[in-house]
Amino acid sequence: MIPTPFDYARATSLDDAVAKLKASGGRAKLIAGGHSLVPLMKFRLSEPAALIDIARIPGLSGIREQEGRIHIGAGTVHHDVASSALLRDKCPVVADTAAQIGDPQVRHRGTLGGSLAHADPAADYPAVVLALDADIHLKGPKGWRVVKASDFFKDLFTVDMEADEIIVSVQFAPVRAAAYAKLHQRASRYAIVGVAAALDVSGGRVESARVGLTGAGSHATRLTAVEQALAGQPLTPAAIGAAAERAGAGLTHVNADIHASEDYRRAMVPVFTRRALEGALRRATASTAGRQRSGPSSSGTRWR
Amino acid sequence: MAQVSIAVNGKVRRADVEPRLLLVHFLREQLRLTGTHVGCDTSQCGACTVLIDGRSAKSCTLFAVQADGSEITTIEGLARDGELHPLQQGFWEEHGLQCGYCTPGMIMAAVTLLNDTPKPTEQQIREGIAGNFCRCTGYQHIVNAIQHAAGKR
Repeated sequence: MIPTPFDYARATSLDDAVAKLKASGGRAKLIAGGHSLVPLMKFRLSEPAALIDIARIPGLSGIREQEGRIHIGAGTVHHDVASSALLRDKCPVVADTAAQIGDPQVRHRGTLGGSLAHADPAADYPAVVLALDADIHLKGPKGWRVVKASDFFKDLFTVDMEADEIIVSVQFAPVRAAAYAKLHQRASRYAIVGVAAALDVSGGRVESARVGLTGAGSHATRLTAVEQALAGQPLTPAAIGAAAERAGAGLTHVNADIHASEDYRRAMVPVFTRRALEGALRRATASTAGRQRSGPSSSGTRWR
Repeated sequence: MAQVSIAVNGKVRRADVEPRLLLVHFLREQLRLTGTHVGCDTSQCGACTVLIDGRSAKSCTLFAVQADGSEITTIEGLARDGELHPLQQGFWEEHGLQCGYCTPGMIMAAVTLLNDTPKPTEQQIREGIAGNFCRCTGYQHIVNAIQHAAGKR
């Protein structure tokens, strides 16, 4: 499948990318890994007149901790998120989620920023950035803007971004007691239903909880009924089970497609909410030994 | 047109390409390296897998211009001096193919797998080739072939 013709330019810096975007007058799209955009262009569902390649902008990828918060560059590929020792230690839910996106080849190319900007209703990252209450840092011709994850996802493939803005990074306070659980579509590994849960725990109780849902509706959303049901509850499987039963409350529109009917998705939302909360509970109660979990093995031996 | 310079199997190739030219078409039609296959053409089957700067990627989901300045390894670049790569040998010894259509992509995905995880478990092998479809073998002989290459059989 061949896309419609387009002009191509490589951006050399963030400011260069923003300037090129602005100059295009809305005709250009950014491309980093291209693993959301290229398939759409091949189907001619997207026909940008120009692509601005941001994949090699210095400083746009990488993961670091600064003043107690984690910063992930928008250009960081899923593989690097999945294998980050920092994330495995401080906020393993993010690495776990990245490791479940697509397949190895997709994870080598696809980026965090691309996934968020594209906002596929079945993408994995949106659930996690909601559960972590992450800040999404954007840059545009008028300067910097910060959007809370809970305000970012607006509708099907629609986010709070102007056509001339670029996602630069995602920033959040790390949470160890957090987990992601998804029912995945067997070929694409997209989420039919995906739930990320993060718990703030103190003295054996849930002080507060944040739960993000993807795959079920037109866009990722917080499950506030579950969050409210958990606040102040003891850190027990029974309390979690009861709260998870509330997951369907307030879901007005639920997707139906060849992979899952609306009824099936509605049935799976509480199931995967409970599994995500159970995963978060296990991390909340894990001993220090449990913190030693390591990422994928690596070796100095290269085959080629 | 855009000018690209891409090192393919150790040899720098320069060409003028349309920006919309997919990497897999650049490899197959301009360089005549037809070992890399087009299967589903929708980023799922992995038949088009090559290494870009040492990491497996689906060359149907990438424009050649995006690979400008990169190093690419295709299935044709694995054998050295008439000696099959250990993974090619493994697929030979363990009958890791029937029709052979998925084989180049399987092998390229497995190269990255064994780079990252030299002694993978069976589960790690199955996860490592999760982006590659085989419609003939039921995967067991492919897993055996990768285990052979990893020195486990």
